[in-house]
Amino acid sequence: MKNLRRDFLKLSVGICATAAAATIGLLKTGAAWAATWNKEGFESKAAADAQKSLGATTLIDSKDITITAPDIAENGAIVPVAVTSKIPNTQSISIIAEKNPFPLAASFDISAGGEAYISTRLKMGQTSNVRAIVKADGKFYTAIKEVKVTVGGCG
Amino acid sequence: MADPMKIRATLQGNTADVRILMRHPMETGTRKTASGVVPIHFIQSVVVTHNGKTVIDAQWSQAVSRDPFLGLRIKDAKVGDKIGVTWTDNKGDKRTDEVTVTAGA
Repeated sequence: MKNLRRDFLKLSVGICATAAAATIGLLKTGAAWAATWNKEGFESKAAADAQKSLGATTLIDSKDITITAPDIAENGAIVPVAVTSKIPNTQSISIIAEKNPFPLAASFDISAGGEAYISTRLKMGQTSNVRAIVKADGKFYTAIKEVKVTVGGCG
Repeated sequence: MADPMKIRATLQGNTADVRILMRHPMETGTRKTASGVVPIHFIQSVVVTHNGKTVIDAQWSQAVSRDPFLGLRIKDAKVGDKIGVTWTDNKGDKRTDEVTVTAGA
């Protein structure tokens, strides 16, 4: 009985990892996706890799990027995050939740007609930094904000 | 068949404030039920157009919340302009909805 319970616990702990592996399998079979979807970035498990996949090798800290998110998010399944960039010629805004199983959450390409502002809601597994990466004139700017998560939104 | 989106586009000055609410389970592929792990199912791409011209091309992961919300602003908009939104999920399902910009308060 005791052993069973152990195994079950192990299974639950390992679930994020195993499901992740299953996910990749699934993703590979569903081949016909939009060509622009950053497969490498969305499947990376480390924030640094996700950042690299965006082409952002060097990041410049910027005060012109505002991340609007709660200091404490009670429900990790719905964390409202808004990013505003005052940097001229902002081309894209990406959001990375650093400690999520897959940190890169979303990436927005902004054309001339759109303002450098986006607002959405994310799932966060645990307390972590939310990083915004803004691409403007070929350079990458960044800002971070810590969001404390009381109840994780992973599963 | 996917449920329709709720889209609101109101004019503030000459900027259109667009709020989109999509209906989608956004399964992460890690959630478990009694019958096993729920397969991953999420919106990957969202394209917002203004009178047919793309303004925002978003790529999402499964980390975006269930029934996703997207807020954005479109420059140089007028009342009556057409705002179109199309999403595509990882199973190839698609949904397009269109609204016109209305005068804001």
